[in-house]
Amino acid sequence: MQTEQKTKTSDYIIELRAVTKSFGNVNAVDGISFGVRPGEVVGLIGDNGAGKSTLIKILSGVHQPDSGQIIVRGEAVRGWNAAKSREAGIETVYQDRALAPQQTITRNIFMGREIKNRFGVIKVKQQYAEANRLMRDIGFTSKVFDPDSPVATLSGGERQGVAIARALYFDADLIVLDEPTTALSLVETAKVFGFIENVRARGRSIIFIGHNIYHVYDVADRFVVLDRGQVVMTEVKGAISTPEVLIKHMQEIAELGHATDASGT
Amino acid sequence: MFGSGSGSEQQIAREDASGLVKWLRSNRRAITSTLFLFVMLIGFTAANPEVFTQFKTYRSVMIALPVSMFLVVPLVFVVTAGEIDLSFPSVVGLASYAFASIVDHGGDPLIGIAVALIVGAALGYLNAILVVRIGLSALVATLGMNFFLRGLINIIVEGFSIAIPEIRDTFIHGLLTDDPIKIVDHLGIPNQMLWALAFTALGVFLYNRHSFGVRVHCVGDNPESAAEMGIDVSRTRTLVFVFTGIGAALAGIFSVMINFVWWPTTGDGLLLPVLAGIFVGGTPAWGGIGTVFGGMIGTSIVAFIETGVIAAGLTGFFTQFFYGLIIILSLIFQRFNGGRVR
Ligand SMILES: Nc1ncnc2c1ncn2[C@@H]1O[C@H](COP(=O)(O)OP(=O)(O)O)[C@@H](O)[C@H]1O
Ligand SMILES: [Mg+2]
Repeated sequence: MQTEQKTKTSDYIIELRAVTKSFGNVNAVDGISFGVRPGEVVGLIGDNGAGKSTLIKILSGVHQPDSGQIIVRGEAVRGWNAAKSREAGIETVYQDRALAPQQTITRNIFMGREIKNRFGVIKVKQQYAEANRLMRDIGFTSKVFDPDSPVATLSGGERQGVAIARALYFDADLIVLDEPTTALSLVETAKVFGFIENVRARGRSIIFIGHNIYHVYDVADRFVVLDRGQVVMTEVKGAISTPEVLIKHMQEIAELGHATDASGT
Repeated sequence: MFGSGSGSEQQIAREDASGLVKWLRSNRRAITSTLFLFVMLIGFTAANPEVFTQFKTYRSVMIALPVSMFLVVPLVFVVTAGEIDLSFPSVVGLASYAFASIVDHGGDPLIGIAVALIVGAALGYLNAILVVRIGLSALVATLGMNFFLRGLINIIVEGFSIAIPEIRDTFIHGLLTDDPIKIVDHLGIPNQMLWALAFTALGVFLYNRHSFGVRVHCVGDNPESAAEMGIDVSRTRTLVFVFTGIGAALAGIFSVMINFVWWPTTGDGLLLPVLAGIFVGGTPAWGGIGTVFGGMIGTSIVAFIETGVIAAGLTGFFTQFFYGLIIILSLIFQRFNGGRVR
């Protein structure tokens, strides 16, 4: 309630303010303020271990921050968790894909958000039909797939397809993709980018985490660079003429980071 | 129960072609144990046709089998969730003690049942606190609870049993358990078997069609993923322990109703047969998958072993030997259904 005044002007879907999270003595997220506006694609980049996954897991409610605020559509939230974040229209494709391999494709797509009646009884036929439609939409034509087959029978790219189909089904306002193209073939990667364009065209927001700077440069409207748990650069695409410029910035950051470190901040 | 639906006509065509195959494949563990039960019964019948062609034989097994069924159903949920509960024999003992002593003191059997269920659920919750909240190993913590609660029983009753023959004339006793002594020539299925079947059917439904059962599967399969997708993993785990406590209370109530006596050892003999029933039935020990129907079949397999061994003309000394042999054989059969996939 007290935060209402402060945040009234916030045009972010979700915003983090001075958020920290440490694991033991690793400060994975070390005082980050960060937000996503409606319709924008944010490219989140940084070295391995920079804290990207931890940051988006705070957004999606998997990790509770040690300190700082989470503000959703202008209101500070309490007890933020994964279920609430999904209810708030945030879907995340996690780096580990968050699949249960022994369960069917259908069950994985609806994991945690089943189609059910008010007594909790699952509408099995409807889920099956929706899963079938989604798998076609996402381009599962290569072989005779069946929404009733276990995810363990799928290839890496197909598994990523299931994880993305899940995000697609719930028609989220914000879709978070944590390294979605890692270990995918060229064709599969192209599919993921097609998917991102789709989401963008529908005016939804995206956070895209990627290793490949060229990829990130292509899809993002704005870049946020993390280094050792902190935001070290935020820049809109207009200010960066080519991916090479972005790469150069990244290199500088790496060096600067070391320099700051050596001087004992 | 196991079938799956379809949307468009195209799909129906595709499903018709593979519907049976799909059904067989997705239920292969339950089917394996069911076949195993039949093969075993055929073997017993060959050894002693006279005994195993009489319904009486099956009926005698069905008198005590329901007690195990009330346990195996929730325990399949526990194992599917990636946990284990070894405290159930003593939970059976303590919950049924509450029931028996209330009836013994002239209390209404219905109140006795209600209190027993509360005791069972509370003990299940206590297990959940140890395992889920405090983070102890389920194997060790519930084993400890089993000793602890049995010790508590012994301290309370100091070796004395409670006989409640007065329960025989009550309406609730007639409803739950046909008196097996009174109707020795009656060839019907004992009432407790019908209740246990109803309980199993409810379990099958919850396990496959209700979001609780589906979440139990996901949590046992990959708890990190389940949490990432917004499933309250701790809550799901807590609920399976509470469910087992309730199942144990029902098992205890039925046990006392059937025997008219509560012993300080009530429930003790159930540990191994019920545990074996879970795995023999086709639920693997690694979590994420399982079968409630198979669990019922598994406990039936175990229940028929003793009858079969005696009827086959072997002495009781052979019982344990065959227990072990049949359990191992059935697990080898289940092995053909594949190991864990990732
Ligand atoms: N669950 C965890 N437990 C302990 N340490 C963790 C955990 N998750 C992340 N970390 C640590 O936090 C730091 C940031 O990790 P992460 O957010 O995964 O980085 P990125 O995704 O940018 O590669 C790393 O040092 C990592 O080892
Ligand atoms: Mg990461």
